[in-house]
Order: sequence, then C-alpha cells, then structure tokens
Amino acid sequence: MTNFERVKNIIINTLEIDEVASITMGTSIMDDLDADSLDAVEVMMALEDEFDIEIPDEDAEIFKNIGDIVRYIEEKIN
Amino acid sequence: MKRVVITGLGAVTPIGIGRDKYWNSLFRGKSGIDYITRFDTEKYDTKIGAEIKDFSPEDFMDRKEARRMDRFTQYAMAGTSLALEDGDIKLEKLDRERIGVVIGSGIGGMETLEKEHSKLLERGPKRVSPLFIPMMISNMAPGQISMVYGIKGPSFAITTACASSTHAIGESFRMIQRGIADLIITGGSEGAITPISLAGFNSMKALSTRNEEPTKASRPFDKERDGFVIGEGAGILILEELNHALDRGATIYGEIIGYGATSDAYHITAPDPEAGGAKRAMELALKDGKIHFSNIDYINAHGTSTYYNDKLETLAIKKAFKEHAYNLAISSTKSMTGHLLGAAGGIEAIATILAIKEGIIPPTINYENPDESCDLNYTPNTLIKRDIKYAISNSLGFGGHNASILLKKYME
Repeated sequence: MTNFERVKNIIINTLEIDEVASITMGTSIMDDLDADSLDAVEVMMALEDEFDIEIPDEDAEIFKNIGDIVRYIEEKIN
Repeated sequence: MKRVVITGLGAVTPIGIGRDKYWNSLFRGKSGIDYITRFDTEKYDTKIGAEIKDFSPEDFMDRKEARRMDRFTQYAMAGTSLALEDGDIKLEKLDRERIGVVIGSGIGGMETLEKEHSKLLERGPKRVSPLFIPMMISNMAPGQISMVYGIKGPSFAITTACASSTHAIGESFRMIQRGIADLIITGGSEGAITPISLAGFNSMKALSTRNEEPTKASRPFDKERDGFVIGEGAGILILEELNHALDRGATIYGEIIGYGATSDAYHITAPDPEAGGAKRAMELALKDGKIHFSNIDYINAHGTSTYYNDKLETLAIKKAFKEHAYNLAISSTKSMTGHLLGAAGGIEAIATILAIKEGIIPPTINYENPDESCDLNYTPNTLIKRDIKYAISNSLGFGGHNASILLKKYME
C-alpha cells in the first residue's frame, strides 16, 4: 500500500466517507470532504497512530490538501 | 393560560422501538430484561439489564452525524424522529422560532467519557478525541435535535437523575401554557449501561442481583424486590398548544393539565422517610390542574423495585389521596422496561397517555408476594380495562428531586 493509500484509508475510516473514488492528492479535508476543525484534529490523531509520528498543531495548520499531508509524512518517516 | 396537548409519541425502549411495539409489550406484560451483553459482567454483582438490542442509528439519522453522538443522543434523536413522524409534524411549514426542545438526561454521555478516559490513562492526554466534550455533555441531545431539525426556540437539558424527563415535560408544559412556545419536543434519554455506571450503582446496592431470573428481577411493590434493573432508551413527546394542534388537524392523544415539582431536602440517595416531597409533588400537580384527588383513576408510579422507593412512594400516595388511595389503579411499568433513569419519565408519560387513550392500565408484572407496607392496588400481572379520565405519572430522583405530571383524557 502506498503512503497515499494509507492516508486515504485513515481519512475514510475516521470521517466515515462513502464517496472514496473522488479522493485524490488534491482533495482538501475541510473544503471537499465537509469536515470541520474537530474532524481535522481526529484525522491528525489517527495519522499519528498509523505512522507512529507526532504532528504538531502548527504543522497541521499549513496542510492545504491530502498531497501536503502525504509529503509531510514521507519527510518525517524517511 | 393556554391549554397543552400531546400530539406525538416516540418510544425507544427495551421492550420495543416505536409507539405500537412499546404499547403492545406493555399491556401484554412483556419483560425487556436479560443478561447484559455490551461488556463482560463477570466481576459484577449484577449481570442483568434492559438493553435495547434492535437499535440501528442509521434508521433515524445520518451515519456521519451518528458518529459524533453518544448513545444517549442517538436514542434522543431516534425518539424525536419517531415522535415527529407519529405527530405528522411538517417542521418546514411551522415557525421554528416558536418550537423548543427540552430533553432530560440523568447521566449524559457516560459511554464516551469512559472510552476517552481509558485513552487518557493508557496513551496520554494527546489521544483524547476532540469530540469527547461535545459528545459527553448532557445538553447535547437537545443541542443536536435543534441543529438537525433547525429548531430555533428554547432548547436545554434538565438533569435531576431519575426525575429528569418528568421535569422536562413539566417545564415544557409551563412554557407552552405561558405562550413562550407553540410546540416543544420533550422527554428524556439515557444510554448509561456501561462498566463504570453498573459498578457505581452496584456499590450503592441499588441494583437487583437476581441474576438467575432476569425477567423476574424488576418486581416493584413485591415483598421480594431487591433493587432496580438498569435500562436505557428514550421517551420523547410532542407537547403542543391546543389551537396550534387543532389548526393543523393533529391527532390529540391527551392533555397535560398539571405539574408539581418539590424537593425532599433530606439525603443524596435515600427518600424522605415521611415521603413528604413525593406527596407534595402529587398535590401540587392536582392543585395546578384544579382537580380534586378523588378524580384520579390511575397513577403510573415511579415504582423502581427498590425497598425504599416502593414503600415510601406508597406512603406518599396514601398521604396525598387519603381513602381514595385504595380505589386508584397504580402500576409500575418499570417491571417490564427496567429503570431508564433520566428517560424513565418520558417513556412512562407515553405509557400513561396511551393508558388514558386506550382505557387499559398496563400491569405491574412479577407481583407475587404482598408486602404489608405496600398494600395498594398495583394492577398485578395482568392489565385491567378501566375508563381513565385523569392520571398522574410520578418520577423521583437521587438528590431528592420529585416531579409529578397530571394528564387528562382529551375533551373539547
């Protein structure tokens, strides 16, 4: 499984999203997936568990889309 | 003062979801009590409860919304959905600033609290969900109902332990009487069959430990009673100003004409041995409705199946009704449903108004051994048919909170 797929699965499971086909690197969690700030925090916590990393709030604030998240995580785990 | 009628019923109970299923179980004397399945009860003195086993949140609300709600809020949402449908209420056609939501819950989101507290202990503060607080707080049932249905009048929760629902109904009744709202979604909800609440109630010695016979464990007024059986669910009613109901051609189940609320000022959990608070709550409801006690046909008792409640509620009834206490029909439907704590008054108000409408008094099941301190007519084991014009529903909560409502058959 690619890192994108792992991130995508976490988002789908955390937010219980049905329309999984439409999620791409360009998708924004809050703008496109109808998530609010509380959902976003939950997603970050689930990602921290999945990749065993810490995502400080100031880093999470700059993510614009899923691509940003995937690139950030890849930088952290490599 | 405006007249207040009941025009929609939403029952989410261990003996049936929906008005008809609930009522059919009630008058047939069906028990909803069984072994607790939600967690392992091996180390607990009590292994029985009245769980709702056929509940799917998706039947009543969006799956994504349900994810952000504790069980007690999901039950309240389901009860509301059923009550609005039952009352044929088209909210989009009504002035939603004149509609309110007042929902009682004795405990709130205990299941969420326990889950998140485990995370805190096992994995530290950063693993506690951002949804923890908004899911746990006990006002979130009315909060979510107002958001999902776009209801913009007064909305709040009432927390008076096992009297929560009856206070909620009573306060809603007063708001409509005074013209503050035209219609209020009210009643109560509870989802607290959880490890720590079972442990806490067990430590208090409040629960029945008749584990070998679950369906016989809730036996209000019976001499062999040994505690209440914890239940869960929601009882939601639509209270509506009479002319508002008539204008939209609503089906009217009955009228609410009185409410009494008092305090024991005695002890955190034990009822006043003189039963003065419970007696005065009934008297105030009668006075509020301007009805002499001799007119009351039926009392849906709080009747928890604990030693003290049943003995002292009986004493309260005798003090409030004098010689008429022996003519009354009384029953405790908790013998079937278990004790829904903050939702008890909601489902019992539904039982009482249906008893009035149908002319049927649901029984107190498991009544086998008379107790000299409980010597009234508790409608033992089988229903009785009786024309009911006036009935009272009682709720008495830890903290010494007492509430009674007076219901009347609807007559123009």
